[in-house]
Amino acid sequence: MKRTIPLLITFAVGLALIVAMFIPHVPFYELDGMFSVFYDVIAVFAFILGGGNLLKVHLNKIQNKRRDWKYSIVTVSGFFLVLAAGLLKIGVPDGWSGGYQAPGSLFKFLYDATFQPLQATMFSLLAFFVASASYRAFRAKTKEATILLVAAFIILLRPTPLGYYLTYWLPEPLRFLHIPNLSTWVLSVPNMAGQRAIMIGIALGIVSTSLRLILGIERSYLGSEGK
Amino acid sequence: MEGQAILTTPLAHAVGVWIGALLTLMIFSFLYKDNPFYKFAEHLFVGVSAAYWMTVAFWTTLIPNLIARLWPSSMGSVLPSAVGNERNWWYLVPLVLGLILLTRLIPRIAWLSRWAMAFVIGYAAGTNFTRYLQSDFVTQVQSTMVPLYEPQGTLMATIGYTFSQIVVVGGVICAVIYFYFSKEHKGSFGRAARVGIWVLMAAFGASFGYTVMARISLLTGRMDFLYNWFIGANW
Amino acid sequence: MAEAEKTEKTEGTEKKGTFVEKMGSVDRRIIFLLIGLAVLIPIIIEYTTAIPTSPLVQNLFDKIESLPPGSKVLMSFDYGPSTVPENQPMATAFTRHIFEKGHKLYLMALWATGPRQSEALIEDVISVEFPDKKYGEDWIHLGYKAGNQGLINTLLSDFTAMYTTDLDGTSIDEFPMMKGIGSLTDFDLILGLGSGFPGTKEWVQFAGDPGDIPVGGGTTAVMAPLLFPYYPRQIVGFLGGLQGAAEYEYALIKQYPKYEEKSRLASTSMGPQVWAHLVIVAFIIVGNITFFIERSRRKRY
Repeated sequence: MKRTIPLLITFAVGLALIVAMFIPHVPFYELDGMFSVFYDVIAVFAFILGGGNLLKVHLNKIQNKRRDWKYSIVTVSGFFLVLAAGLLKIGVPDGWSGGYQAPGSLFKFLYDATFQPLQATMFSLLAFFVASASYRAFRAKTKEATILLVAAFIILLRPTPLGYYLTYWLPEPLRFLHIPNLSTWVLSVPNMAGQRAIMIGIALGIVSTSLRLILGIERSYLGSEGK
Repeated sequence: MEGQAILTTPLAHAVGVWIGALLTLMIFSFLYKDNPFYKFAEHLFVGVSAAYWMTVAFWTTLIPNLIARLWPSSMGSVLPSAVGNERNWWYLVPLVLGLILLTRLIPRIAWLSRWAMAFVIGYAAGTNFTRYLQSDFVTQVQSTMVPLYEPQGTLMATIGYTFSQIVVVGGVICAVIYFYFSKEHKGSFGRAARVGIWVLMAAFGASFGYTVMARISLLTGRMDFLYNWFIGANW
Repeated sequence: MAEAEKTEKTEGTEKKGTFVEKMGSVDRRIIFLLIGLAVLIPIIIEYTTAIPTSPLVQNLFDKIESLPPGSKVLMSFDYGPSTVPENQPMATAFTRHIFEKGHKLYLMALWATGPRQSEALIEDVISVEFPDKKYGEDWIHLGYKAGNQGLINTLLSDFTAMYTTDLDGTSIDEFPMMKGIGSLTDFDLILGLGSGFPGTKEWVQFAGDPGDIPVGGGTTAVMAPLLFPYYPRQIVGFLGGLQGAAEYEYALIKQYPKYEEKSRLASTSMGPQVWAHLVIVAFIIVGNITFFIERSRRKRY
C-alpha cells in the first residue's frame, strides 16, 4: 500500500495525460485542464509546507540562541508582516472584495518597498561576480576554451562601437566578417547547432525518464522508507 | 478609511523609495565584505519572499481554484463572481492530496505524502513526455534536415549558405555523437565527438556573452533606481 | 660581468613577474568598482546607443507589420520584478507597434507577478499614449491564471473555460473583442514575454506546435540562446534581452519616426551595457595576457 498506491497514481495520471493528446475529446481534454489546476493547488500546499519549514528552522534558531539568531528574528518578523498584510488585505480600499495588491494596500507598499528592490538587487549582484570570473577564470588554455572565448568576444562586441569600427572597413566580399554579421552567424549557426543537440539530448532524457516513472521502473521519488 | 489614504500619499511613496534604496545599498555592501547590514537585508529577503509567494498562491490559486469551487456560496465578500457557481466535487481530490502532502511534517505518517508526490510526478511525466517528444525532438530533427545547396543569387552568398548548412547539420550530428557515452570516443567516432565539443563550446561562448548581457541589464536597472533616488532626494 | 648581467636579468624578470603577479591577483573589489563605474557613468551622462535590427528581430517586426488591421494578438507577461529592466522595454515596444497597426491586444499572465508588470504598461503607455483605444474593444486585461503549461494546454482547446472574467471580475461576454475567441487558435499571434518557466518555450511547445499558431516574443538574455533551435520553423522571431528590445525599438523608429523620442527605453539602457561589455572584454584580455606571461615565465624557470 505504501508503494503500490503511489505507483498506481503515477501510472494512471501519466497515462491519462498521454492519451489526452491523442484523444482531444471528452473526458480526456477536460482531465488535462483539471489536472493542471490540481497540480497548482497541490503546489500551494507545498508552499505552505515550505513556509512552515522556514518558521520551524528560524524559531528553533531563536529559541536555542544559535549563531546569527538575531537575524532570524528579522526573517520571522518580515515573514509574518507580509503574510498578515496579504492574507488579511490590510489597507485594501474595497476591503475583502478588493484586490490584495490594490494601490493603497499594505501588501503593495511592502512589495514595492522591500520585495521588489531586494529581489532585483540580489540578481544584479551577479553582474559583479560575472565580471570577476571573466578576469580571473576565463583563460584560453585549450583549443576548446579558445573557441568559447572567441564566440563570447564576438557576442560581447556586437553592440559596442569597438565591434563596429574593428571590421566596418572590410570590403563587400568579406562583409560576413563584420562583427554584427558574424555575431548573427555565430548565434544562428554554431550556437543553434549546439543548442539543438543539447535540446535533443534533453528531450530523449525526459522521454525515457517519463516512461520509466509512468511504468513504475523509476521509483526513487518514493524514498527508501517502508520497502 | 485613513489607512488607505496614507499609503497612496507622496510621503508614503517617498518613504517606500527610501526603504528600497537603503535595502539596495545594504545588499551592495556585500561587495566590499560581509557585514551586519547585508545579513539583515538577506534575512529580510528570505522572510519577505516566502510570505509573498504564499500570499500570491493563496489569493490566486487556493481561493479561486479550490475554496470557490468547493464552497462557492461562501465567496460573497471575497470573490463575488464565484457565488452562484455550481459546486465541483472533483476539487476534493486536490484538497485531500494537498492535506496529505502536509503529513510530511509528521514522521509517523509521512509516507502518506507520497500519494500527493505521485500525482505531481505523474502529471509532470505525462505532460512532458508528449510535448518534449514533439517540439524538442521530432521537430528539431525535422528542422535539421535542410537542403545543403540552394542558389542564393550570388556565388559568395551561395557558398556562405552551403557552408552554414554544413555546419548546422554536421554540428548537430557531431554534438549528438558527443553525448553518446555508451561507446568509447575513439577513431572516427572520437573525431566526430571532438568536432561536437567545438560546436558546443561555440554555443557555450554565445550563452556566456548573453548571460553577461542579462546580468548587466539587471545591474543597470538598479543603478538607474539608485541614481534617480539620489538626485531626487531632498538632501 | 656575465654573472652580473645574469643577476640583473633575473631581478628585472622578477620585478616584471611581481607586476604580472599583481595584475593576476588584483583585489576583486577593484574589479567590482570598475564594473560599477562602467554602468553608472553612462547613466549619469545619459549615453545612448542605437542597435541596428538583426534578422531574428526583423522577422518578428515584419510579422506584426504584415498582419491585417484588427488582428488578435495575445501578449503574455511571464516575468517578475527581477527582470523588468529586460522584459518591460519589450512589452512597451510591442504595444506601440500593435496599436499603431490597429491590432487588438489581449493581456494575460502565466506568472502571478505578471499582472503587476502589465498594469505598469497600462499606466505608462496605454493610458498615456493611446487614450483613444477603448478597453474591451481594442485591448483587454485578462490577468493571471494558475496552471503553467497546463493552462496553455487548456486554453488551446477552450479559452473561455479558464478565462470567464477579465482581471476586474467583469464577465468576458460583455466585451466585444472577446466574441469569437473560443481557443488559442483564434489568435493571429501569441507573444510570450518570459524570463524562466513557464515562458516563451512553453508557448512554443504547448500552443505554437500543437495548434499551429504563430508564436513570437521576448525573453531574458540568459534564455535567448536556448530558443535559437526553434527559429524559424517553430517561432517567428524573438527579442533576446535588452539588446533585442533595443533592436525592436530601432525597427519601430525606422518605420514610424514619430516614436523617435518616446521609444528609447531599451536604447537608453544599452549605453551602460556597451561600456560594461567593453570593460569585461578588457578584463578577459588582460587576464589572459597575465596568464600567458606567467605561464611562459614558469616554463623558462
